[in-house]
Amino acid sequence: MTERGIPMQVEVVERVQESPTVFTLQLRLIEEAQRDAYRFDPGQFNMLYLYGVGEVPISIDGDPDRPELLQHTIREVGRVSGGLARLQPGDRLGLRGPFGRGWPMERLDGRDVLIVTGGLGCAPVLPVIARLMRQRERYRRVAILQGVKHSDDLIWRERYDEWARLPDTQVLLAADVAGPQWHGAVGLVTTLFERLDIDLANSTTMMCGPEPMMVAASRELLQRGAGEDDIWLSMERNMQCAVGHCGHCQYGEKFICRDGPVFPYREIAALFGQRGV
Amino acid sequence: MDGTGFLQREHFGELIRILAGRGYRVIGPQLRDGAIVYDDLSEVAQLPSGVIMDVQPARVHATVTQLPRYFSWANGPQALKPLLFRPVETLWQACRDDKGRLEFSAADEQEARPLAVIGVRACDLAALELQDRHFLQGEYSDPHYARRREGLLLVAVNCTHPDATCFCASTGDGPQARTGFDLVLDELDTGFIIGAGSKRGTALMEDLSLLPVREDQLAKAAVSHQAAREAQTRALPPGDLYDALAARREHPHWQAVAERCLSCGNCTSVCPTCFCSHEREQPRLDGSGSVHLREWDSCFSEGHSYITGLVIRAEPRHRYRQWLTHKLGAWHRQYGRSGCVGCGRCIAWCPVGIDLCEETAAVLGGGHD
Repeated sequence: MTERGIPMQVEVVERVQESPTVFTLQLRLIEEAQRDAYRFDPGQFNMLYLYGVGEVPISIDGDPDRPELLQHTIREVGRVSGGLARLQPGDRLGLRGPFGRGWPMERLDGRDVLIVTGGLGCAPVLPVIARLMRQRERYRRVAILQGVKHSDDLIWRERYDEWARLPDTQVLLAADVAGPQWHGAVGLVTTLFERLDIDLANSTTMMCGPEPMMVAASRELLQRGAGEDDIWLSMERNMQCAVGHCGHCQYGEKFICRDGPVFPYREIAALFGQRGV
Repeated sequence: MDGTGFLQREHFGELIRILAGRGYRVIGPQLRDGAIVYDDLSEVAQLPSGVIMDVQPARVHATVTQLPRYFSWANGPQALKPLLFRPVETLWQACRDDKGRLEFSAADEQEARPLAVIGVRACDLAALELQDRHFLQGEYSDPHYARRREGLLLVAVNCTHPDATCFCASTGDGPQARTGFDLVLDELDTGFIIGAGSKRGTALMEDLSLLPVREDQLAKAAVSHQAAREAQTRALPPGDLYDALAARREHPHWQAVAERCLSCGNCTSVCPTCFCSHEREQPRLDGSGSVHLREWDSCFSEGHSYITGLVIRAEPRHRYRQWLTHKLGAWHRQYGRSGCVGCGRCIAWCPVGIDLCEETAAVLGGGHD
């Protein structure tokens, strides 16, 4: 049993503006002992603390094999994320983590891997993709699907292009509304399933995005032959303590911060898509 | 029970004095603003002598009588919860120097003295056990709760006057305290039958002026246990209601409750097992630091289910459904039993008298799918 702790001090190493409202912070723990001890699993999250303002849960999207650099991609939405957006290299903040259960990396060996994301859901799967690309021979075909509302919302276009050039790797992009210069599909991310070149019955899917998108995409993948234990979803609810105590992230009997945020479809099937749960 | 003794009513003050003498901060029931509250207790005169409560949905009324009893009522709004899981708690403090460097320090509010609570009810002991499971027995433990819990001494008093809102007999949590206390008392007109539930309790009994317990006194206590059970008119269906409630997620009665519910959160505040809290930052006005606080929260508040620009449970019917399905259903899967201990506080202190037992029966009785 662990005692709930207090934040560790981190500094901003680099800040990248990804889009008008999305930015990435690379952080480094100040204390060497803390830096050496810190490890995270793909899919876990940290609580970032802005001095005098408060905390927010943010998934870790850096490389799990380089845990000394903690990368977080954040959309400016509220008071804390708005303040985080104004940080510059050298600025200090607090960090608690990592928390939660991440993606089922141990279940991917020798299988086809499908990654389906929507909007900023593309961030929590980055550590997965880093692992897949580093140890490419362990996995069979890989398909990476990303959907955005407007084509201008797409971030990391160069990365998608780079992954698309790798062998046995399919990258498919969709935008509900397409502006000029858009070469992806037009429509929801589910419209891309037609073109999937993987064996769904022998695949593991990792999905992150707005809940209605995940509901629609999961149901369609199930119809197309994916198993309920082979679709993994990163869920979002209000998380304040990150240790299963504050009660905000409850989803039925689950505490999303502690039991998730990543769940196999089967574990949440009864509640998934129900309004007001 | 082995090793019981009889403490005459006129000697009850000994218990308070001995506990204080052993370094405890003694807490006990008192009548204040028409309700039973638990606060610092230094003498017998503070106890709610002869107080009889008339408790109905949305109504609590106290009458002071000549009845020679200190505990002739069932409970007040507070339970043990605020003593351990504080309504407001500092979790940490942060300071920033002129170079922007941060320093974090854990809130280090050592309790001056351990707490001893006199007048704990069976329902409150059951609730305490549930709060222990939540705050202490998971993957993470809460150091603030743990610190206060460690020294806590509990003097239970078996309930003789259940309120009309009580239903602990149906949840199996009362009216008799069976476990989790240091001392347990049965109140008779002339005094108290005392038994110990721990080594600390046994040691305390040695310092009290006890008489042997007579057979007729034991018989009177047994009659009052039986009467307190039989006086209860409300009940909850037994067992895990998770599936039954889930099957009625769209039952029209959720909306019927929502039309009365004010989303005020009184029910969750007085509930002895509700554990939700939110975290809040309080920067010092002089810029010298910032305090990170935890405050009780309620699943009836709009902010409780907020995520990035969206409120998951925007409608009160979803909030009441969340509360009830969690309390009577999901608790079984999280902590191995129902989150309701039958204290009836949520019924009494609801400003519009929403009745947990009635609403549950209405949802389950409809046979809706």
